[in-house]
Amino acid sequence: MAGLTGRMSTVVKAKVSKLLDRAEDPAETLDYSYQKQVEQLQNVKKGIADVVTAKKRLQMQETTLKQSVVKLDTQARQALSSGQEDLARTALERKNVAQTELQGLDTQVSELEEQQQKLTDSEQKLRAKIESFRTKKEVIKAQYSAAEAQVKISEAATGVGEQMADVGLAMQRAVDKTENMKARADAVSELEAAGTFDDITALGSGEDDIDRQLKSLSSQSAVDDDLAKMRAEIGAGDGAPAPAGEIAAPSGEPAPAEAAPQAPPAEGGQS
Amino acid sequence: MIVRISGEDQYRLADSDAARLDELEQAVIALVNGGQEDGFADAYATLLDYVRSQGERVGDDEIETSEVILPPSDLTFAEAGREFTGEGLIPD
Repeated sequence: MAGLTGRMSTVVKAKVSKLLDRAEDPAETLDYSYQKQVEQLQNVKKGIADVVTAKKRLQMQETTLKQSVVKLDTQARQALSSGQEDLARTALERKNVAQTELQGLDTQVSELEEQQQKLTDSEQKLRAKIESFRTKKEVIKAQYSAAEAQVKISEAATGVGEQMADVGLAMQRAVDKTENMKARADAVSELEAAGTFDDITALGSGEDDIDRQLKSLSSQSAVDDDLAKMRAEIGAGDGAPAPAGEIAAPSGEPAPAEAAPQAPPAEGGQS
Repeated sequence: MIVRISGEDQYRLADSDAARLDELEQAVIALVNGGQEDGFADAYATLLDYVRSQGERVGDDEIETSEVILPPSDLTFAEAGREFTGEGLIPD
Protein backbone atom coordinates (compact mmCIF):
# COMPACT_ATOMS: atom_id res chain seq x y z
CA MET A 1 0.00 0.00 0.00
CA ALA A 2 0.98 3.54 -0.62
CA GLY A 3 3.90 4.15 1.63
CA LEU A 4 2.42 3.60 5.04
CA THR A 5 4.37 1.14 7.08
CA GLY A 6 2.79 1.99 10.41
CA ARG A 7 1.52 -0.95 12.34
CA MET A 8 -1.53 0.82 13.64
CA SER A 9 -3.31 1.40 10.37
CA THR A 10 -2.30 -1.94 8.93
CA VAL A 11 -3.58 -3.86 11.92
CA VAL A 12 -6.91 -2.09 11.76
CA LYS A 13 -7.13 -2.63 8.04
CA ALA A 14 -6.34 -6.31 8.33
CA LYS A 15 -9.12 -6.70 10.84
CA VAL A 16 -11.60 -4.82 8.72
CA SER A 17 -10.71 -7.03 5.76
CA LYS A 18 -11.36 -10.05 7.91
CA LEU A 19 -14.76 -8.70 8.83
CA LEU A 20 -15.41 -8.05 5.18
CA ASP A 21 -14.66 -11.63 4.24
CA ARG A 22 -17.23 -12.68 6.74
CA ALA A 23 -19.77 -10.03 5.88
CA GLU A 24 -19.62 -9.92 2.15
CA ASP A 25 -18.75 -12.34 -0.58
CA PRO A 26 -18.11 -10.10 -3.57
CA ALA A 27 -18.94 -12.92 -5.95
CA GLU A 28 -22.52 -12.98 -4.86
CA THR A 29 -24.98 -11.54 -7.21
CA LEU A 30 -25.64 -7.83 -7.21
CA ASP A 31 -29.19 -8.07 -6.09
CA TYR A 32 -28.35 -10.39 -3.27
CA SER A 33 -25.56 -8.07 -2.15
CA TYR A 34 -27.94 -5.19 -2.16
CA GLN A 35 -30.53 -7.12 -0.23
CA LYS A 36 -27.96 -7.97 2.42
CA GLN A 37 -26.88 -4.36 2.67
CA VAL A 38 -30.42 -3.27 3.32
CA GLU A 39 -30.74 -5.94 6.01
CA GLN A 40 -27.62 -4.67 7.73
CA LEU A 41 -28.97 -1.17 7.64
CA GLN A 42 -31.92 -2.46 9.65
CA ASN A 43 -29.49 -3.87 12.21
CA VAL A 44 -27.89 -0.48 12.55
CA LYS A 45 -31.28 1.04 13.21
CA LYS A 46 -31.89 -1.58 15.87
CA GLY A 47 -28.54 -0.73 17.42
CA ILE A 48 -29.48 2.94 17.59
CA ALA A 49 -32.81 2.04 19.19
CA ASP A 50 -30.94 0.05 21.87
CA VAL A 51 -28.79 3.03 22.71
CA VAL A 52 -31.87 5.23 22.95
CA THR A 53 -33.55 2.72 25.25
CA ALA A 54 -30.52 2.61 27.52
CA LYS A 55 -30.43 6.39 27.60
CA LYS A 56 -34.11 6.64 28.49
CA ARG A 57 -33.67 4.24 31.36
CA LEU A 58 -30.88 6.36 32.80
CA GLN A 59 -32.91 9.53 32.31
CA MET A 60 -35.84 8.06 34.19
CA GLN A 61 -33.55 7.18 37.05
CA GLU A 62 -32.22 10.71 36.99
CA THR A 63 -35.71 12.09 37.42
CA THR A 64 -36.43 9.79 40.34
CA LEU A 65 -33.14 10.60 42.03
CA LYS A 66 -33.67 14.34 41.64
CA GLN A 67 -37.01 14.01 43.38
CA SER A 68 -35.39 12.00 46.14
CA VAL A 69 -32.73 14.66 46.69
CA VAL A 70 -35.37 17.36 47.13
CA LYS A 71 -37.48 15.18 49.39
CA LEU A 72 -34.61 14.05 51.60
CA ASP A 73 -33.32 17.59 51.92
CA THR A 74 -36.71 18.80 53.07
CA GLN A 75 -37.00 15.97 55.53
CA ALA A 76 -33.54 16.59 56.93
CA ARG A 77 -34.54 20.19 57.55
CA GLN A 78 -37.72 19.16 59.27
CA ALA A 79 -35.93 16.63 61.40
CA LEU A 80 -33.29 19.12 62.42
CA SER A 81 -35.86 21.77 63.31
CA SER A 82 -37.54 19.32 65.59
CA GLY A 83 -34.26 18.46 67.22
CA GLN A 84 -33.93 15.00 65.72
CA GLU A 85 -30.35 15.19 64.58
CA ASP A 86 -29.91 11.46 64.02
CA LEU A 87 -32.80 11.39 61.64
CA ALA A 88 -31.51 14.49 59.87
CA ARG A 89 -28.12 12.84 59.50
CA THR A 90 -29.66 9.73 58.00
CA ALA A 91 -31.63 11.80 55.53
CA LEU A 92 -28.52 13.72 54.55
CA GLU A 93 -26.54 10.53 54.11
CA ARG A 94 -29.17 9.28 51.74
CA LYS A 95 -29.24 12.56 49.93
CA ASN A 96 -25.48 12.39 49.58
CA VAL A 97 -25.62 8.95 48.01
CA ALA A 98 -28.41 10.06 45.67
CA GLN A 99 -26.39 13.07 44.56
CA THR A 100 -23.31 11.00 43.85
CA GLU A 101 -25.32 8.59 41.74
CA LEU A 102 -26.93 11.51 40.00
CA GLN A 103 -23.59 12.91 38.90
CA GLY A 104 -22.54 9.55 37.51
CA LEU A 105 -25.79 9.21 35.61
CA ASP A 106 -25.41 12.67 34.17
CA THR A 107 -22.03 11.87 32.66
CA GLN A 108 -23.30 8.64 31.22
CA VAL A 109 -26.38 10.14 29.69
CA SER A 110 -24.25 12.64 27.78
CA GLU A 111 -21.90 9.87 26.72
CA LEU A 112 -24.81 7.85 25.37
CA GLU A 113 -26.08 10.95 23.66
CA GLU A 114 -22.75 11.20 21.87
CA GLN A 115 -22.84 7.53 20.87
CA GLN A 116 -26.33 7.92 19.53
CA GLN A 117 -25.24 10.88 17.42
CA LYS A 118 -22.26 8.99 16.03
CA LEU A 119 -24.35 5.98 15.14
CA THR A 120 -26.96 8.13 13.47
CA ASP A 121 -24.28 9.80 11.36
CA SER A 122 -22.84 6.41 10.43
CA GLU A 123 -26.25 5.12 9.52
CA GLN A 124 -26.82 8.05 7.17
CA LYS A 125 -23.48 7.49 5.47
CA LEU A 126 -24.15 3.81 5.05
CA ARG A 127 -27.58 4.56 3.67
CA ALA A 128 -26.07 6.93 1.07
CA LYS A 129 -23.52 4.31 0.02
CA ILE A 130 -26.16 1.63 -0.30
CA GLU A 131 -28.26 3.94 -2.38
CA SER A 132 -25.30 4.52 -4.70
CA PHE A 133 -24.76 0.81 -4.89
CA ARG A 134 -28.34 0.33 -5.96
CA THR A 135 -27.89 2.75 -8.85
CA LYS A 136 -24.51 1.35 -9.74
CA LYS A 137 -25.70 -2.24 -9.91
CA GLU A 138 -28.25 -1.33 -12.56
CA VAL A 139 -25.53 0.39 -14.58
CA ILE A 140 -23.24 -2.61 -14.22
CA LYS A 141 -25.97 -4.98 -15.25
CA ALA A 142 -26.76 -2.93 -18.34
CA GLN A 143 -23.29 -1.97 -19.52
CA TYR A 144 -20.72 -4.60 -18.75
CA SER A 145 -19.95 -8.05 -19.96
CA ALA A 146 -20.06 -10.81 -17.39
CA ALA A 147 -16.30 -10.82 -16.79
CA GLU A 148 -16.03 -7.04 -16.49
CA ALA A 149 -19.10 -6.91 -14.31
CA GLN A 150 -17.52 -9.31 -11.88
CA VAL A 151 -14.66 -6.90 -11.20
CA LYS A 152 -16.96 -3.91 -10.89
CA ILE A 153 -19.26 -5.80 -8.55
CA SER A 154 -16.35 -6.79 -6.42
CA GLU A 155 -15.11 -3.21 -6.16
CA ALA A 156 -18.48 -1.79 -5.30
CA ALA A 157 -19.38 -4.50 -2.85
CA THR A 158 -16.05 -4.16 -1.07
CA GLY A 159 -16.48 -0.41 -0.83
CA VAL A 160 -19.92 -0.71 0.69
CA GLY A 161 -18.69 -3.57 2.84
CA GLU A 162 -15.97 -1.37 4.28
CA GLN A 163 -18.53 1.24 5.25
CA MET A 164 -20.60 -1.47 6.84
CA ALA A 165 -17.65 -2.80 8.78
CA ASP A 166 -17.02 0.71 10.00
CA VAL A 167 -20.58 1.08 11.21
CA GLY A 168 -20.20 -2.32 12.85
CA LEU A 169 -17.18 -1.02 14.71
CA ALA A 170 -19.06 2.04 15.89
CA MET A 171 -21.93 -0.18 17.00
CA GLN A 172 -19.60 -2.40 18.94
CA ARG A 173 -18.15 0.56 20.78
CA ALA A 174 -21.62 1.81 21.55
CA VAL A 175 -22.69 -1.59 22.84
CA ASP A 176 -19.61 -1.82 25.07
CA LYS A 177 -20.36 1.57 26.54
CA THR A 178 -24.02 0.71 27.00
CA GLU A 179 -23.05 -2.48 28.84
CA ASN A 180 -20.93 -0.49 31.27
CA MET A 181 -23.80 1.83 31.87
CA LYS A 182 -26.22 -0.97 32.52
CA ALA A 183 -24.05 -1.92 35.46
CA ARG A 184 -24.48 1.54 36.95
CA ALA A 185 -28.18 1.66 36.22
CA ASP A 186 -28.54 -1.70 37.95
CA ALA A 187 -26.62 -0.44 40.93
CA VAL A 188 -28.97 2.53 41.25
CA SER A 189 -31.94 0.21 40.92
CA GLU A 190 -30.58 -1.93 43.73
CA LEU A 191 -30.18 1.07 45.99
CA GLU A 192 -33.73 2.06 45.15
CA ALA A 193 -35.04 -1.41 45.80
CA ALA A 194 -33.27 -1.49 49.13
CA GLY A 195 -35.25 1.59 50.11
CA THR A 196 -32.24 3.87 50.12
CA PHE A 197 -34.13 6.84 48.79
CA ASP A 198 -37.37 6.06 50.55
CA ASP A 199 -39.28 8.34 52.75
CA ILE A 200 -37.23 8.95 55.84
CA THR A 201 -40.32 9.40 58.01
CA ALA A 202 -41.27 5.82 57.40
CA LEU A 203 -38.16 4.87 59.29
CA GLY A 204 -38.36 3.50 62.78
CA SER A 205 -35.92 4.50 65.46
CA GLY A 206 -32.37 3.22 65.46
CA GLU A 207 -30.33 2.39 62.44
CA ASP A 208 -31.04 -0.52 60.22
CA ASP A 209 -28.94 -2.34 57.66
CA ILE A 210 -29.53 0.28 55.01
CA ASP A 211 -28.23 2.99 57.29
CA ARG A 212 -25.10 1.10 58.11
CA GLN A 213 -24.43 0.55 54.42
CA LEU A 214 -25.19 4.16 53.66
CA LYS A 215 -22.68 5.32 56.18
CA SER A 216 -20.00 3.53 54.29
CA LEU A 217 -21.26 4.78 50.93
CA SER A 218 -21.79 8.42 51.69
CA SER A 219 -19.12 10.95 52.39
CA GLN A 220 -19.35 11.68 56.11
CA SER A 221 -17.53 14.96 55.82
CA ALA A 222 -19.99 16.13 53.18
CA VAL A 223 -22.83 15.06 55.44
CA ASP A 224 -21.27 16.95 58.37
CA ASP A 225 -20.94 20.05 56.21
CA ASP A 226 -24.54 19.77 55.08
CA LEU A 227 -25.68 19.33 58.62
CA ALA A 228 -23.75 22.35 59.84
CA LYS A 229 -25.00 24.48 57.00
CA MET A 230 -28.56 23.43 57.58
CA ARG A 231 -28.24 24.07 61.28
CA ALA A 232 -27.03 27.59 60.61
CA GLU A 233 -29.82 28.22 58.12
CA ILE A 234 -32.48 27.02 60.45
CA GLY A 235 -30.95 29.17 63.16
CA ALA A 236 -29.72 27.33 66.20
CA GLY A 237 -30.98 23.82 65.84
CA ASP A 238 -30.82 23.44 69.58
CA GLY A 239 -33.76 25.78 69.95
CA ALA A 240 -37.10 24.62 71.12
CA PRO A 241 -37.56 21.09 69.87
CA ALA A 242 -40.74 20.54 67.99
CA PRO A 243 -43.29 18.27 69.56
CA ALA A 244 -42.27 14.68 69.24
CA GLY A 245 -44.04 12.67 66.61
CA GLU A 246 -44.12 15.42 64.11
CA ILE A 247 -41.51 13.91 61.89
CA ALA A 248 -40.53 10.46 62.90
CA ALA A 249 -43.93 9.28 63.88
CA PRO A 250 -42.64 6.89 66.48
CA SER A 251 -44.30 3.52 66.64
CA GLY A 252 -47.93 3.67 65.91
CA GLU A 253 -48.48 6.32 63.32
CA PRO A 254 -46.24 5.96 60.31
CA ALA A 255 -47.14 9.36 58.95
CA PRO A 256 -47.37 9.17 55.17
CA ALA A 257 -44.96 11.94 54.40
CA GLU A 258 -46.10 12.85 50.91
CA ALA A 259 -49.61 13.61 51.95
CA ALA A 260 -48.97 14.52 55.55
CA PRO A 261 -50.54 17.87 56.19
CA GLN A 262 -48.11 18.48 59.03
CA ALA A 263 -46.94 22.05 59.23
CA PRO A 264 -43.28 22.05 58.23
CA PRO A 265 -41.46 23.79 61.03
CA ALA A 266 -38.79 25.40 58.91
CA GLU A 267 -39.80 26.12 55.39
CA GLY A 268 -41.77 25.17 52.34
CA GLY A 269 -43.16 21.74 52.00
CA GLN A 270 -42.08 19.17 49.52
CA SER A 271 -43.70 18.47 46.23
CA MET B 1 -4.61 7.35 -1.66
CA ILE B 2 -7.85 6.92 0.29
CA VAL B 3 -7.61 7.08 4.07
CA ARG B 4 -10.51 6.30 6.35
CA ILE B 5 -10.81 7.61 9.86
CA SER B 6 -12.92 5.00 11.51
CA GLY B 7 -16.27 6.31 12.68
CA GLU B 8 -15.86 9.45 10.57
CA ASP B 9 -15.14 9.73 6.89
CA GLN B 10 -12.89 8.70 4.05
CA TYR B 11 -10.37 11.22 2.73
CA ARG B 12 -8.56 11.43 -0.55
CA LEU B 13 -4.88 12.31 -0.02
CA ALA B 14 -2.04 12.85 -2.44
CA ASP B 15 0.40 9.98 -2.55
CA SER B 16 3.06 12.49 -1.57
CA ASP B 17 1.35 12.93 1.80
CA ALA B 18 2.10 9.35 2.72
CA ALA B 19 5.57 10.02 4.11
CA ARG B 20 4.35 12.66 6.55
CA LEU B 21 1.41 10.49 7.51
CA ASP B 22 3.77 7.65 8.21
CA GLU B 23 5.94 9.89 10.41
CA LEU B 24 2.95 10.99 12.44
CA GLU B 25 1.78 7.45 12.88
CA GLN B 26 5.21 6.29 13.96
CA ALA B 27 5.24 9.03 16.59
CA VAL B 28 1.99 7.68 18.02
CA ILE B 29 3.25 4.12 17.97
CA ALA B 30 6.46 5.13 19.73
CA LEU B 31 4.43 6.66 22.57
CA VAL B 32 2.27 3.57 22.89
CA ASN B 33 5.21 1.19 22.84
CA GLY B 34 7.04 3.37 25.34
CA GLY B 35 4.06 3.38 27.66
CA GLN B 36 3.97 7.17 27.54
CA GLU B 37 0.37 8.11 27.98
CA ASP B 38 1.24 11.80 28.25
CA GLY B 39 1.12 13.23 24.80
CA PHE B 40 -0.63 10.25 23.28
CA ALA B 41 -3.96 12.02 22.80
CA ASP B 42 -2.25 15.04 21.25
CA ALA B 43 -0.11 12.95 18.95
CA TYR B 44 -3.08 10.95 17.78
CA ALA B 45 -5.15 14.08 17.25
CA THR B 46 -2.29 15.56 15.19
CA LEU B 47 -2.29 12.50 12.94
CA LEU B 48 -6.04 12.65 12.40
CA ASP B 49 -5.99 16.42 11.88
CA TYR B 50 -3.36 15.98 9.21
CA VAL B 51 -5.63 13.59 7.33
CA ARG B 52 -8.64 15.89 7.73
CA SER B 53 -6.78 19.02 6.66
CA GLN B 54 -4.71 17.56 3.82
CA GLY B 55 -7.37 15.26 2.49
CA GLU B 56 -10.48 15.93 0.52
CA ARG B 57 -13.51 14.26 2.01
CA VAL B 58 -14.90 11.45 -0.12
CA GLY B 59 -18.58 12.03 -0.82
CA ASP B 60 -21.08 9.86 1.02
CA ASP B 61 -22.42 8.56 -2.27
CA GLU B 62 -19.00 7.61 -3.65
CA ILE B 63 -18.05 4.00 -3.24
CA GLU B 64 -14.34 3.71 -2.55
CA THR B 65 -12.14 1.20 -0.79
CA SER B 66 -9.61 2.65 1.64
CA GLU B 67 -5.93 1.90 1.51
CA VAL B 68 -5.44 2.98 5.08
CA ILE B 69 -7.93 2.74 7.92
CA LEU B 70 -7.16 4.61 11.12
CA PRO B 71 -8.84 3.86 14.45
CA PRO B 72 -11.58 6.22 15.71
CA SER B 73 -10.74 9.61 17.21
CA ASP B 74 -11.82 8.56 20.69
CA LEU B 75 -9.23 5.80 20.74
CA THR B 76 -7.90 5.53 24.28
CA PHE B 77 -4.32 4.85 25.25
CA ALA B 78 -5.35 1.46 26.61
CA GLU B 79 -7.14 0.58 23.38
CA ALA B 80 -4.14 1.66 21.35
CA GLY B 81 -2.02 -0.67 23.48
CA ARG B 82 -4.36 -3.59 22.92
CA GLU B 83 -4.33 -2.79 19.24
CA PHE B 84 -0.76 -4.00 19.10
CA THR B 85 -1.18 -7.08 21.20
CA GLY B 86 -3.90 -8.64 19.10
CA GLU B 87 -6.93 -7.75 21.20
CA GLY B 88 -7.89 -4.88 18.92
CA LEU B 89 -10.90 -2.76 18.29
CA ILE B 90 -12.38 -5.43 16.15
CA PRO B 91 -12.23 -8.79 17.85
CA ASP B 92 -10.28 -11.42 15.95
